[in-house]
Amino acid sequence: MAFVVELIISALLVIGAFFLLVGSLGLAKLPDTMRRLHGPTKATTLGIGSLLIASMLYFFTQHGQLSIHELLITLFLFLTAPISANMIAKAHILRSARERGAITPAGTDTGWATLQPPRPSKGP
Amino acid sequence: MMARLLPHPVLSVVIALVWSLLLNEISAGGVVLGIALGLLMPWYTARFWPDRVRLKAPFTIAEYVLIVLWDIVVSNVQVAGLILFRRGESLRSRYVTVPLELKTPEAIVVFAGTITMTPGTVSADISADGRSLLVHCLETSDPDEVVATVKSRYERRLKRIFE
Repeated sequence: MAFVVELIISALLVIGAFFLLVGSLGLAKLPDTMRRLHGPTKATTLGIGSLLIASMLYFFTQHGQLSIHELLITLFLFLTAPISANMIAKAHILRSARERGAITPAGTDTGWATLQPPRPSKGP
Repeated sequence: MMARLLPHPVLSVVIALVWSLLLNEISAGGVVLGIALGLLMPWYTARFWPDRVRLKAPFTIAEYVLIVLWDIVVSNVQVAGLILFRRGESLRSRYVTVPLELKTPEAIVVFAGTITMTPGTVSADISADGRSLLVHCLETSDPDEVVATVKSRYERRLKRIFE
């Protein structure tokens, strides 16, 4: 029994490390900013997820305590990863004329939010 | 009166719960502080959340979470394959426009987040009137199919949950 559990934990650790490595490789290898975003937003979530499941299993089976922190890390990661990716994408679209040429039209009256002229601020 | 003091009951419960879980143990002081935070934070941020979110169809929520988790696993394997076995320049990346049927801001946030976390797509921008999303695809030969997939797989269920 203990051996099987150790085997599962080790497998999860290796899978997690593999996907983290691939995510980082994508960040280094892909040719432009928008494609590079795909590596860290996806390949790393499964990587971190596997590591955290391994951690929960380890503490539950070896020390007999149920650890919830890992679930919270997953929750926070799922909340923050799309938002940071979205901010990077918006900043990139705003700064790069080539990117603005590549985007498709919004199909509505107003156009994309990033490219709107800034609204006059109401002051502090 | 009740609505002004407690603008978002669900959010309050979630904050109190997350705080207790962060402590990793149940103690009286921790629970009291959790409840205090759960009451204060929604009240302080109420102006960012003008409408109260109404969640319907609890079973659809469970179904949605499971589908998204499964899609995240699948998308990780697909994206890993693309990164490892394809030359970066050969990937047919492009933008697509996804017209939105969702109206609730919270539902659109969840939809955009889901698109970012799942197969080969990152949501990049929203139109100024909130009626379409700009989505970047890592590898696609058929943009219309991508739009149809995310709409039928995620948006339809989110519409049932939020609206």
